Amino acid sequence: MAVGKEIRTKIGSIKNTQKITRAMEMVAASKMRKTKERMLATRPYSKKIGTIIKHLAYANPEYKHSFLVKREVKRIGIIVVSSDRGLCGGLNSNLFRKLLGRLKQWDKAGIEVDVCTVGSKAYGFFAGLNKSTVIGHTAKLGDTPHLDDIIGIIKIMLDAYHAGQIDELHVVSNEFVNTMTQHPTLEKLLPIVPNELNDQLSSRHWDYIYEPDAKEVLDHLLTRYIESIVYQGLVENNACEQAARMVAMKSASDNAGNLIKELQLIYNKARQAAITQEISEIVAGAAAV
Amino acid sequence: MTMTVHVDIVSAEKEIFSGLAEMVFAPAEMGELGISPRHAPLITRLNPGEVRVKVSSTESYPFFISGGLLEIQPHVVTILADTAIRAKDIDEAAAMQAKARAEEILADKTSRVDYASAEKQLFQAIMQLRTLDRFRKRGG
Repeated sequence: MAVGKEIRTKIGSIKNTQKITRAMEMVAASKMRKTKERMLATRPYSKKIGTIIKHLAYANPEYKHSFLVKREVKRIGIIVVSSDRGLCGGLNSNLFRKLLGRLKQWDKAGIEVDVCTVGSKAYGFFAGLNKSTVIGHTAKLGDTPHLDDIIGIIKIMLDAYHAGQIDELHVVSNEFVNTMTQHPTLEKLLPIVPNELNDQLSSRHWDYIYEPDAKEVLDHLLTRYIESIVYQGLVENNACEQAARMVAMKSASDNAGNLIKELQLIYNKARQAAITQEISEIVAGAAAV
Repeated sequence: MTMTVHVDIVSAEKEIFSGLAEMVFAPAEMGELGISPRHAPLITRLNPGEVRVKVSSTESYPFFISGGLLEIQPHVVTILADTAIRAKDIDEAAAMQAKARAEEILADKTSRVDYASAEKQLFQAIMQLRTLDRFRKRGG
């Protein structure tokens, strides 16, 4: 019977798509578990180093490291962390939208922007934008990124900061809240300045004892800090990607299911109508005889 | 009541120790440090070696770290370790092996290897073994 042939093929193709999305959902779910563990494992370190840096900002060191000194902002460096692959819902586009808003503000203020990108999507975004210069790029880091992979771009940025080419350093990445929610965040890393809040630490004048000497220790500590924050952003973005992909694929599978149901209904109706018509034709034919 | 200081030891992979202690010993770059509560603020790098957290006069926890950073605030001591292992988890066989390997590389002057890194590895392995030794002697 030729009735609803198109509908049947359509249902078949949607079923195939559903199989793919379901498989991707399951892969993302298992990857998410692993990336999330990795993210949680490295969180204490970056939190603690963040606390130390906060203390440091309140100290009154004799030796002023250039990372701790505020400068007039003419050019800003941004490290953008994104995923390598798509099909993860609005994860990257939300991030870029937030960034774009900021870029417009800076543009209005006459501030130029240098960008280092992590992940193919960010590179594609800035290549299309054409306004700012991408001075460093790394991608295809996989699910188990190593610190070595991002040291290169961090060095580019820190050297630029030391040389006075950029006056601020920001990092843009997704923050993992839970499986359903990911927040795009834009964080200022450099210069490190204390919050205006009147903490107990800021109320008195004090400084650290540095061993062996301030410059060496601070250089080491601050570089470590930047590395650990960017690395944390990277592993967190990884977990976000998998979570977002899982959710996106789940809703795609559900939508496919609904679509199949509707099409099946239409198909059944068409089939029934065809049968009814045939019967009535036969009856009419018999009556005519 | 004895005074205590809050101690946090974290490595890049996980949180190793968090709690109150009477005293902390750490292998700072300029020599071993003993830190009591209300120590003056200090920042220093750490050498590979043993960090010992004295929780009470009878109880103390040894950890092996392969270098890192130490920050002291009067009531908080934070140790950012590159890698930290509880002393009883140190795999002696693995440490011995690492030591042997590093010595071999150092002895073999003809091969083109990075002597600095081999030396560092050897130092780490020796410190690991020493930590373990001390841990055993104390009857841990």
